[in-house]
Amino acid sequence: MDTQRGMDRPEREPQTGVDRRTFLRRTGFGAGATLAAGLEGILGARRAPAYGQGTKLHLLRWNDFVPACDEELRRQLGEAGKALGATVTLETINANDLQPRITSAVQSSTGPDIIMMLHNWPHLYEASLVDVSDLAEWQRRDQGAYYSQSEAAAKVGSAWLALPHSIVGAQVAYRKSWFDEVGQTTWPRTLEELRLVGMKLKKNGHPVGQTLAHTFGDAPAWAYPMLWNFGAAETDAAGRTVLESKQTAESIRFMQAYWKDACDEGALAWDDTNNNRAFLAGEISATLNGASIFIAAKRGADKLKDEKGQPLWQDIQHGPIPNGPAGTWAYHVAFSHAIMKYSKNQKLAKDFLKWLDAKEHYGRWFEAAAGFSVGANKTWEEHSMWAKLDDAMKIYRTAARVSRMFGYAGPASKEATQVYSKYIIVDMYAKAVQGMSVHDAVTWAAGELKKIYG
Amino acid sequence: MAKHQRSLAHPVGAAPPIEVALPRPRPAPPWRLTRLVENERLLAALLLTPAVVLLALFIAYPFVMGVWLALTNASVGTAGTFIGIRNFVKEWNDSIFQTAFQNTFFYTFWATIFKLSLGMWLALLLNRQFRGMRIVRASMLLPFIVPTVLSTFAWRWMFDPTFSVLNWLLYSLGLITNKLPFLSDGHWAMWCAIVVNTWRGMPFFAITLLAGLQTISPDLHEAASLDGANSWHRFWKVTWPLLRPVTIVVVVFSVIQTFADFQLIYVLTGGGPANSTHLLATYAYQVGVATGLLGEGAAISLFMFPVLFLVVWFQLRYLRRLEGP
Repeated sequence: MDTQRGMDRPEREPQTGVDRRTFLRRTGFGAGATLAAGLEGILGARRAPAYGQGTKLHLLRWNDFVPACDEELRRQLGEAGKALGATVTLETINANDLQPRITSAVQSSTGPDIIMMLHNWPHLYEASLVDVSDLAEWQRRDQGAYYSQSEAAAKVGSAWLALPHSIVGAQVAYRKSWFDEVGQTTWPRTLEELRLVGMKLKKNGHPVGQTLAHTFGDAPAWAYPMLWNFGAAETDAAGRTVLESKQTAESIRFMQAYWKDACDEGALAWDDTNNNRAFLAGEISATLNGASIFIAAKRGADKLKDEKGQPLWQDIQHGPIPNGPAGTWAYHVAFSHAIMKYSKNQKLAKDFLKWLDAKEHYGRWFEAAAGFSVGANKTWEEHSMWAKLDDAMKIYRTAARVSRMFGYAGPASKEATQVYSKYIIVDMYAKAVQGMSVHDAVTWAAGELKKIYG
Repeated sequence: MAKHQRSLAHPVGAAPPIEVALPRPRPAPPWRLTRLVENERLLAALLLTPAVVLLALFIAYPFVMGVWLALTNASVGTAGTFIGIRNFVKEWNDSIFQTAFQNTFFYTFWATIFKLSLGMWLALLLNRQFRGMRIVRASMLLPFIVPTVLSTFAWRWMFDPTFSVLNWLLYSLGLITNKLPFLSDGHWAMWCAIVVNTWRGMPFFAITLLAGLQTISPDLHEAASLDGANSWHRFWKVTWPLLRPVTIVVVVFSVIQTFADFQLIYVLTGGGPANSTHLLATYAYQVGVATGLLGEGAAISLFMFPVLFLVVWFQLRYLRRLEGP
């Protein structure tokens, strides 16, 4: 209703501009039409929109424990970009966040074109990864046979779903002078010897630091060899669970004693970085780790000193996980690169991986790693870099030869990855060192494995 | 406009003419949409549409999708097939789920109790007049304003197994000889999480209850004092009955937030050690997102739904009762 009263308001001028209705009509319909067309396109494609595809490549990796590796990689990406006529970007995140990131990328069908895979993850993400068997075959011909765990990690059935890139060796870094102080002048040969030495070290205020937390590297790299070195296994060769065994019980009994006698009991809450910090701060005498502690100590030699004021790195040595009753096996983490099926740049991604892993380029990254990461192929054992490294680092050269893979003695299946991702083997030991009986810990873990393996 | 106005004819000497407003005839709207906009019901629907679309996209669709996923064996990269309630049965019998389920109730119960009691105490203190009152009231909100992830990281450093400043302080004061296992013992870690949640959530209680307190007329307290009521009686007979509606609403909101808490546990303990601090949200994340078992993860998260539904139902019922018939 028009409530205008009297003659005191002038007549409106005829509107020559845009009135409210016209504005609504034009903008509403314009935006609606655009939105509808855009949505239709997006829904039709069943993936999020991507812009400028064809010339851009997105690589997702972890934050390397050796920063020089990421620096070298970033430098190489520029070179690769020029060579391939593309812009290659590197994104690095915490390794513990990689799996959630992969899941969200796969489910939304958008994200990095290439993602770094740890362990045997390609088995878990089988449906979402591009077959790169041609690249793997090229690399095998070019650089020799792969280490068994690199092959087990990336080859699913007869197809390579990721291109093996490197292996991070896990050895026990220890303070030589502190071991000498308690009368242990050589690295213990057996786990029992390690426990006895650790007991003396702990009494001296220098416990061993070993994480049993939910963290990607150091925890499984200790827990799985504990099984294997006592003769226990997750599954038999046919993939049936065999965890509930006398050997598993023995390994847990050892772990309970070792934890109480020799270890820093706060390590139940450590991630993969805590032991590095604790070691470099002089809080622990030994810890299973990649070579990053030694490398960091050497690079920070002017700041990181021992009690005598000498550079700390000179007092660091490395030893393998000592023998258990069934021998000595290790778990060295295999790394590979996978091309995601949702990527629109699969050809470019393959070209990039081939460029990156070519001997002349990979060699420079390998040298930057300074032994922390070794090649996925045995050829790299012969690289001239090894002659230049300190003696303490040379143990990493052949470390990858004695590694087994999750799921042993069965295949490195996706079920094995699920067991790892749920930290069941790690938690079995963690529960036991917190007071759960050996029987209950084994029964719990075996029950969890049966739910996964069936 | 003159043509739309009429003056009622009047005899000489009578009252002045009265002007009345008459509907102005309009030309027929040239456009159908314009006519639609003139319709109040349609306009209301049109204005509500964005909100409804947003709710449908970001609330309803994920929820329905979650229910569907929970009924399938979907895993990362594979759509899965319908398997009924098998995921729910499997999780119900899973020992880690059972731990997470119990932890969620334990964590919610104690955190809410502490937040309520400390928040109430703080609100009563801040309801008094004192110098610097505004600054104190504003600064009280800091824990609530700082992003949860950042503040929890700070707490994590304070509870660090090796470099904890709290352990260092207690040791320096001669109060402990061994490090306290803040995050490396399951029970300690759970209580640490409750402490951090209380620290973070208490300002929300305090500021809301303070707002409620300030609506209570001082006359009521004066009258009660004249009748001989002591401070406890004044609180219990005057303050509390008037504050109860606000308190119920705050508690219900807090229960919902605490029960579904994720960030704090994820950053502080990651659910460890050995799953001892997992809540339903963090365990659902580990199974569904980290391990890629989307169906199982969705089923775990949906176990929260009936509990939260009951809480919301209780809240709505209570509020309706307050509003009267």
